[in-house]
Amino acid sequence: MEELIKCESISFSYENTGVLKNLSFTVCSGDYLCIVGENGSGKSTLTKGLLGLKAPAEGKIVKCNGLRSSEIGYLPQQTPAQKDFPASVFEVVLSGRLNSRGFRPFYSKNDKKIAHDNIKRLGIEDILHRSYRDLSGGQQQRVLLARALCAGKKMLLLDEPVTGLDPIVTEEMYKLIMELNKKEKITIIMVSHDISAAVKYATHILHLNFENSFFGKTKEYINSPMGKYFFSDGIK
Amino acid sequence: MFDFIEIFQHGFMLRALIGGVLISLCAALLGVSLVLKRYSMIGDGLSHVGFGALAIGSSAGFAPLEFSIPIVVFSAFFLLRISENSKIKGDAAIALISTGALAAGITAASATGINTDIDNYLFGSILSLSKSDLIICIVIFLIVMIMFVLFYNKIFAVTFDESFAKATGTRAGIYNMLIALLTALTVVIGMKLMGTLLISSLIIFPAIISMRICKRFKTVIITSAIVSITDFITGLIISYYYSTPTGASIVLVNLTVLIVFIIIGSINDRINEKKYIKEDVSSKNS
Repeated sequence: MEELIKCESISFSYENTGVLKNLSFTVCSGDYLCIVGENGSGKSTLTKGLLGLKAPAEGKIVKCNGLRSSEIGYLPQQTPAQKDFPASVFEVVLSGRLNSRGFRPFYSKNDKKIAHDNIKRLGIEDILHRSYRDLSGGQQQRVLLARALCAGKKMLLLDEPVTGLDPIVTEEMYKLIMELNKKEKITIIMVSHDISAAVKYATHILHLNFENSFFGKTKEYINSPMGKYFFSDGIK
Repeated sequence: MFDFIEIFQHGFMLRALIGGVLISLCAALLGVSLVLKRYSMIGDGLSHVGFGALAIGSSAGFAPLEFSIPIVVFSAFFLLRISENSKIKGDAAIALISTGALAAGITAASATGINTDIDNYLFGSILSLSKSDLIICIVIFLIVMIMFVLFYNKIFAVTFDESFAKATGTRAGIYNMLIALLTALTVVIGMKLMGTLLISSLIIFPAIISMRICKRFKTVIITSAIVSITDFITGLIISYYYSTPTGASIVLVNLTVLIVFIIIGSINDRINEKKYIKEDVSSKNS
């Protein structure tokens, strides 16, 4: 398996207090990595680092095998302003192609085709011409996921993708992400609060905990002291 | 019916018509982005800063427009930074700057005696647009249109989702600054026509009106442009015939249109809601 992202003993500080220290991990193609940790443990800071929006104070984040920061399909958390945004599903998905345009101002036929392909892939053709603000929470997440796929076909970075979804839609969302990972071999990095779902779906876990974070395969995590703390009653 | 040709035979009315249509178009285009980004108050803040600068400029004997454009542009960048900095609450800071600038302007004006110029800037006047103002209008209009068309897709991306745009390599900060810069230019020149107190309505009303019924970003933009021009011309004609203040007439026309659109929009939403529920149920069953 080829390596895509290598983080070598990176540290981040935020407003002069260190949040992450001496963290090392590697993401290979085909991996499904879940990043978990308490509030304030540096999940969003690390996300920014991976996207290339924030440089680590120490250490380095290496992108390998031709992966570029702008080619990571990013699914950010929704903002309140988006909830009532008047834009059609197609307009939103197509905007994922912006990173391939550079200084050319308009989208090409190929961009539109890619947008259509991803809309089909996620099964949202029925709502193609609807307005984003009229969609349910789950449908909105699918649209944003289609947009993320337009931006990066190798790797997706999902920032708490099930926040605010009901349990049934949450499960559907997890299954969809799993399918993208298993069938389409898309590398997934997911920031999550939901440790039991993380353990269920992910191949690797990164548990951020200030100076002694855990990184390893999911099985190792369950048997680690940190994992045992959460799964002492033997959930597999 | 009104005799349009007769009205616009007057040079000042023709200038007001051309200048106003151009400014309304700019304001409508920028307004959609500002309203959706929750930056509506920036337009309002800028108009007050603009008034302060114009009053101080004309009291001190500078050419008012040339003096106030750089000041308002600078304030636009400053207000944008405040809005992005979550530590100072943006809306309160804008109110502070607005009232501060207004107070400074009025003090400067009263020191030299309040003249009709100042009064025009506060409440707007269709008589006030000179030939050189019209040329500035045309130049600003061209700049806004070219920028908007060239960067349309980027403006959409940055307006809809700044964090995604940044993550995929679009430098969102630059486009925010571009929008602020164009807004500043539009506000300064639009103030002459609409007045300080009403210019922000030109930015906010068309966007809000079109968002009641439009479902796509592109149609929102086009509809606000059409609404903006129509309402401006209607308000202008009303103000000519009934000698009402221009700015206020246009705002009242906008307000009426908004009420109509809200009613149409809520009926529309109800029909769509039923349709979508049916569609969703049938696609789940299939």
